[in-house]
Amino acid sequence: MQRIGVFVCWCGSNIAGTVDVQAVSDALKNEPGVVFSTNYQYMCSQAGQNMIKDAIAEYKLTGIVICSCSPRMHEATFRKTAESAGINPYMVEIANIREQCSWVHKDKETGTEKAIILGRTAIAKVNLNAPLTAGETPVTKRALVIGGGIAGIQTALDIADAGFQVDIVEKKPTIGGKMTQLDKTFPTLDCAACILTPKMVDVAQNENIRIFSYSEVKEVKGFVGNFDVKITKHARYVKEDVCTGCGLCTEKCPMKKVPNEHNLGMDTRSAIYIPFAQAVPKVATIDPDYCNMLKNGKCGLCSKICAAGAIDYTQKDEEIEEKYGAIVVATGYNPISLDKFDEFAYNQSKDVVTSLELERLMNAAGPTGGTLLRPSDGKHPHTIVMVQCVGSRCSAGARKGKEYCSKICCMYTAKHAMLIRDKYPDTEVYVFYIDVRTPGKNFDEFYRRAVEEYGVHYIKGMVGKVSPEGDILKVQGSDLITNEQIHIDADMVVLAAAIEPDKSARPLATMLTASMDTNDFFTEAHPKLRPVESPTAGVYLSGACQGPKDIPETVAQAGAAASKVIGLLCKDSLKNNPCIAHSDEMMCNGCSCCEKVCAYGAITYVDKEFRMPDRTTQIRRVSQVNPAVCQGCGACTVACPSGAMNLYGFANEQIIAEVDAICR
Amino acid sequence: MSLKNNENLRDEVLRMSGVNPRKCMRCGKCSATCPSYDEMEYHPHQFVYMVETGDIGPLMNSQSLYKCLSCFACVDRCPREVEPAKLVEALRLAAERRQGGDHMTPGMITELWNEDLPQQAVVSAMRKYKK
Repeated sequence: MQRIGVFVCWCGSNIAGTVDVQAVSDALKNEPGVVFSTNYQYMCSQAGQNMIKDAIAEYKLTGIVICSCSPRMHEATFRKTAESAGINPYMVEIANIREQCSWVHKDKETGTEKAIILGRTAIAKVNLNAPLTAGETPVTKRALVIGGGIAGIQTALDIADAGFQVDIVEKKPTIGGKMTQLDKTFPTLDCAACILTPKMVDVAQNENIRIFSYSEVKEVKGFVGNFDVKITKHARYVKEDVCTGCGLCTEKCPMKKVPNEHNLGMDTRSAIYIPFAQAVPKVATIDPDYCNMLKNGKCGLCSKICAAGAIDYTQKDEEIEEKYGAIVVATGYNPISLDKFDEFAYNQSKDVVTSLELERLMNAAGPTGGTLLRPSDGKHPHTIVMVQCVGSRCSAGARKGKEYCSKICCMYTAKHAMLIRDKYPDTEVYVFYIDVRTPGKNFDEFYRRAVEEYGVHYIKGMVGKVSPEGDILKVQGSDLITNEQIHIDADMVVLAAAIEPDKSARPLATMLTASMDTNDFFTEAHPKLRPVESPTAGVYLSGACQGPKDIPETVAQAGAAASKVIGLLCKDSLKNNPCIAHSDEMMCNGCSCCEKVCAYGAITYVDKEFRMPDRTTQIRRVSQVNPAVCQGCGACTVACPSGAMNLYGFANEQIIAEVDAICR
Repeated sequence: MSLKNNENLRDEVLRMSGVNPRKCMRCGKCSATCPSYDEMEYHPHQFVYMVETGDIGPLMNSQSLYKCLSCFACVDRCPREVEPAKLVEALRLAAERRQGGDHMTPGMITELWNEDLPQQAVVSAMRKYKK
């Protein structure tokens, strides 16, 4: 029989406000096995913990029940307390009487009744608890960063700086991500390329970093500290280690009519291409959809002129297998498709552009060489209308757009308006806004400068309709301050399209068993206190894959994710969760049900020799659990038809005892 | 009968229209979209706001009720699914139920007709002006 101590926490008034804690500790005193029961204001405080330690010594306790907040909050705290007083940490059970009781009840009587039931349930379990010891698994001291934008770059640099090896997997031919397409960055207006490209070069030169560009993660197996990852390196038909990046092939390639994705299709590139001048790795890539040689064997010009002999039309996709201790997701974002927003005439007129397209139209390396010209006729625009919240802040049932605020649009719109007014003072800029949201260091000052110093016309209202007529765009909008409908003849319309997670995020989340929200943003382990960790151990989040973010925030999160990875990789081994499955070989009937439901591949079957009662032997097929791989989810214990599978710490008998205690 | 701050009337209008004006985020896209805007004394976004605050009297007495074309552009483009045109329709119905009688007969069509008038406007007007 256990000697159980019960400790009921008030949590200030959080619990004591709706639960009569004295009544709870008194009632639980009479439960089987309980030799001591008390209550205290803050059980997690030093004084509270000492109270537990003293009681362990005085009453020779073998089991502890704490009636307090969720085990997610303080289970680890109380297990440590017990351990320091000489009790196995797995002899501690938490009855959650805060989140699952006091916070959901208003009536003190029902709250108290429920707290007593939850307490006696935990006591029933502790009566059947047995000491458990955690095993250990080694940690592979290498990290994988998925996505090579500013988030992935910063995370990789920070991890590499601590002395660990990092691999970056980037699906595009170059790292750099969205930031390579931006012109200037708010609120300081420094040039995006000037601050990003040195970091890209740092990545390329860092001994600890390998870049797998034009590659994708194909399969992820394993668990924290020991991930097995398969990466597909797509054939670029150019030998990466031979190509010098001279660019001669891109000039000579006769197929020049390929939409240039770096300039968002606003100009063209050749079939063999280097995305932009500062690309890393600076290696040419052949686009198999457009290359005549690859399509029908007629050309081969690039191969003839390449002095280095880097062209290889026979190259095949390559598969790389590697082990990692930690994985960082940095898959980033994209602007949404505007197909469902016909009223803005985006698909009807070339002069209606997204804000990202405007970045390219203002960038010195863009299709117009940095001079802002109308895409339709190359004329200088004199009137520009910018529309904010296009597809952001839509209600869920509207079936178009996103429910959330995309966060970055207010600031980049102010930036665009300011830059245009600065460079072309004869151009009038009108910004239609619902709210201007500029929380952030020096953000609101920046927006006010656009209005006060640069004379950008901010109109509180929305654009309802854009109609192309001849070479002008008729814009019809509302001005809610003057309560008027206004009509503007614009030369260009710029739409601040909502942003959404990259399409590669969802299949990746499935591979990683990392959770996502309904918008396909990765979910963090705790929205406030663990913002850079996924609930899946060993998987970390960096940048806009977790939610809309600007560059400073992304870099901050990238560094935070790196520090979490470093914290993990510093360890030589990880303590396993001892609450794992094990099978009773005598009861196992070899049906394979458990093997099929196991999400972690922890269960295998072996043929084993058993001695039978009549002195004969029999070979039977029985299941075995790999304790290093089992995550203790319990799926197998439910699937097992013969009851052979059981979970340490959550045995079937313990759970039945809990149910009995509730139903008593 | 004073209709200002008439809560019963507001509840009636909300029930008839199925509109929840609290969903409005005051972006003004309905009024930006409205082809009849300049004809209206109160504009679509004002309809939503005034019903929400219970200031229904001025709306019930306004010709704006009969200027709405029921083109439903505001319904289509509202990012928050507020559906202002349904609110206008409900208010018009409520006003007519209180006034009684027809405001338009088929005979009046020839009188009002001109070539620029879309046929839909006539059909819509018959629905609105005739009880």
